Amino acid sequence: MGIKLISFVSALVFAGSAYAQDSNQLNVEGELFVSTTAAPSHMENVDTLYSGWHFRSGETQALQLDDFDNPGMVFVDQGIDLFAKVDGSEGKSCQSCHEDVEDFAGLRTQLPRVEDGQLVSMENLVNDCRTERMGAEAWKWSSTNMTAVTGLIGLQSRGMPMNVKIDGDAAPFWEAGKELYYTRVGQLDMSCSNCHEDNYGVMIRADHLSQGQINGFPAYRLKNAKLNSIHNRFKGCMSNIRATPFKEGGKEFKALELYIASRGEGLAVETPSVRN
Amino acid sequence: MELSRRKLLALGASSIALMGLGTSVAFASKADEAIAEFTAGAAVSEGALELTAPEIAENGNTVPIEVNAPGAVSVTVLADGNPVPNVATFNFGKLNASRSASTRIRLSKTQNVIAIAKMEDGSFQMAKANVKVTIGGCGG
Amino acid sequence: MASGVKPRVKVPKKASAGDVITIKTLISHKMESGQRKDGDGNVIPRSIINRFVADFNGENVIDVTLEPAISTNPYFQFDATVPETGEFHFTWYDDDGDVYETKKKITVS
Repeated sequence: MGIKLISFVSALVFAGSAYAQDSNQLNVEGELFVSTTAAPSHMENVDTLYSGWHFRSGETQALQLDDFDNPGMVFVDQGIDLFAKVDGSEGKSCQSCHEDVEDFAGLRTQLPRVEDGQLVSMENLVNDCRTERMGAEAWKWSSTNMTAVTGLIGLQSRGMPMNVKIDGDAAPFWEAGKELYYTRVGQLDMSCSNCHEDNYGVMIRADHLSQGQINGFPAYRLKNAKLNSIHNRFKGCMSNIRATPFKEGGKEFKALELYIASRGEGLAVETPSVRN
Repeated sequence: MELSRRKLLALGASSIALMGLGTSVAFASKADEAIAEFTAGAAVSEGALELTAPEIAENGNTVPIEVNAPGAVSVTVLADGNPVPNVATFNFGKLNASRSASTRIRLSKTQNVIAIAKMEDGSFQMAKANVKVTIGGCGG
Repeated sequence: MASGVKPRVKVPKKASAGDVITIKTLISHKMESGQRKDGDGNVIPRSIINRFVADFNGENVIDVTLEPAISTNPYFQFDATVPETGEFHFTWYDDDGDVYETKKKITVS
């Protein structure tokens, strides 16, 4: 019943393929990025993956093509400063151990992943270092400090294809995330899939629905003129469905992050991407 | 003071009537005033000043615009629907070749972006672009 | 100094005499418009960069008056003619009286 109602509403409210994703090429600083690719086999209902970049207006797309024009880079700059800043009782900065931030190339493509039986996101890795090795306070999951540093680290993997592990010890977390993705929640009784799988490419009022990919996070959003974390975005989506959002950094969002990351397999990391 | 619906309707009707009478002084927009201030009331032509702005702004807080006016001394940009219409004034120096500039502006709602150029010969040029600013969807 | 305000500029390192080069500038600044209200309903006062000046070897290239309608992290792109080797001097003026500067050299052959 719920599904029929949504389809009926879709027919009325959503425009047709006139607003489907474009076929522009994502050329960042002269390098062509994979922004569309065949969907991985575990996705039964989607054939082709499209980066969120394809669903934005021409002007927004242009902002991501040049590192000076990219408004997210201001925050990556802040990340560079934070990376070198001594913080905590041990008198260390990130740089004291991680001499060259470029050594993080590839990390963004693998996260979240299982370590010692726990699923960890990049924010966990940063805070583990801070609390256990720097003697510093943990940063809040979506704070400006955290997004600046995850933005910097994510940038080191820019251009590399997303490739998270979903089998072996990751399997139970992946299954949990998949179930969440297809579960209806909230007063509007909608699941992630209702918009991002069934209706990507069409307009929801004035917004152009994407596939909900996370290969560009933390993302600079025009909406709040700053970098936004993955979990913060999940939280916003759930609030829009009038559901009580799960906790940022909690097990639900981490499982969901793993599942959604796997739905982007093969897309190039675009951090810091520019989105609405 | 309690306004009965009749009184309110009557007030509304009379103000519409006033507008019809063309009492443009009372209803001149702030943008018009700003233009008059920049041009000191001089005549304004079109064609030599190019204003580039998107037809639909994905988000009103970052709208890219470009002004291009070869031979201009300065260009002022206004937004006629913003709380304050003035946006920026570009004064071109001796070493500025193209007399053009790009920037990003805030638009509070759908409105016209207006550019006025003061040319080297003292004349004025104008260009207008209507930009639709949308809110809504699932912005999260 | 207002915290976190940092200028960035993009200027080519080399050019030929008389070339027209493109310059991009940005400064990280919130540009508090004076239109917003805080949680208690009080207006947050305006606090913006109100002027940006670019000079080359003492000659002016552009002088911009900014109003609150310029977006957060004011961005400008403009052209300059470079007659000789020298230095660009970029200055931003804040409502609160702070002045931010940066310089960039260019070699002209």
